[in-house]
Amino acid sequence: MSDNRDWPLYEIFIRARGGLDHKHVGSVHAADAQMAIEHARDVYTRRQEGVSIWVVRSSDIVASDPAESDALFEPARDKIYRHPTFYDIPKEVETL
Amino acid sequence: MSTTAPAPSRTDRARYLMRIADTSLVLAQRLGEWVGHAPAIEEDLGLANTALDLLGQARMLLSYAGELEGAGRSEDALAFLRAEPDFLNATLAELPNGDFGDTIVRQFLIDAFQLELYERLVDSTDARLAEIAAKAVKETRYHVRYSSGWLVRLGDGTAESHARVQDSLHRLWPYTHELFDADALDRDVAEAGIGPDLDAVHAAWLRRVDAVFAEATLSRPVDVAYRWYGKQGRHSEHLGYLLADLQHLQRAHPGASW
Repeated sequence: MSDNRDWPLYEIFIRARGGLDHKHVGSVHAADAQMAIEHARDVYTRRQEGVSIWVVRSSDIVASDPAESDALFEPARDKIYRHPTFYDIPKEVETL
Repeated sequence: MSTTAPAPSRTDRARYLMRIADTSLVLAQRLGEWVGHAPAIEEDLGLANTALDLLGQARMLLSYAGELEGAGRSEDALAFLRAEPDFLNATLAELPNGDFGDTIVRQFLIDAFQLELYERLVDSTDARLAEIAAKAVKETRYHVRYSSGWLVRLGDGTAESHARVQDSLHRLWPYTHELFDADALDRDVAEAGIGPDLDAVHAAWLRRVDAVFAEATLSRPVDVAYRWYGKQGRHSEHLGYLLADLQHLQRAHPGASW
């Protein structure tokens, strides 16, 4: 933040309904985590998008370095046998 | 329940509903004025969400009031075609927004009142009013959380924010008196079990606001003798301008819809 009077940024994760995982939906500015939850409620759940909210300070997220993406991700490209495509998925499994 | 007092007439019951509805409608209109002007876009949405909740409450209550009245007035006719003296909102709701702190103080005082009110209306002998209250009480719990949260942040914030919201509280406090000053209509609906006993609402409201004031390091102003009675149709000079905004389109283009 160039201007430290600005509220810090929080990343918002919403669980759409019970049983699903929290998905990243965006970010809000807020003075603290409690306010971030209220802002997330007002910004991201106005149309019944969720039943649970997680907030995380954006500055607390440690991200991989895009410059290292070759080293990190390239080696997986030719290892197709790691995909579970050789199994039949039972019809009963809905949210795999 | 007394056996001597006659049940309130349908007209009186409609007037009682308009008191609750108009406070929500007028406050919704005020909060709507913040859209595009709030201190942060997140607050813009927060205030607008509260405004839409209040508008929804007003619509349900006005529709019902129109039916009780039996004069063929719809919610729209009641919202857009009544004149100032026919609006029965508490005066506090129509006061100008002022700065964000003024808006938060006004909001908290009304939110806390509406919460105590709706929590009791859930048990109203009027089943339809009880249903409306059951929906509204959930919304209002969030409104209180929002406005009390901000009041604590501002009151227990910087020296300037503290001084400013304490000043807001001093200016707005006198307008809370009418919320609890029961007149004949309030007493009649309480007698019939339609509405709550306002003394009980007052005591519970004071406990609630005192707890938040303590956390916000704000002092509760002393009561003053001056009285307002918007709920009897006697309003401040501010309501006319608000209604001019609210009603302009239906007045200029009667029956317009889109």
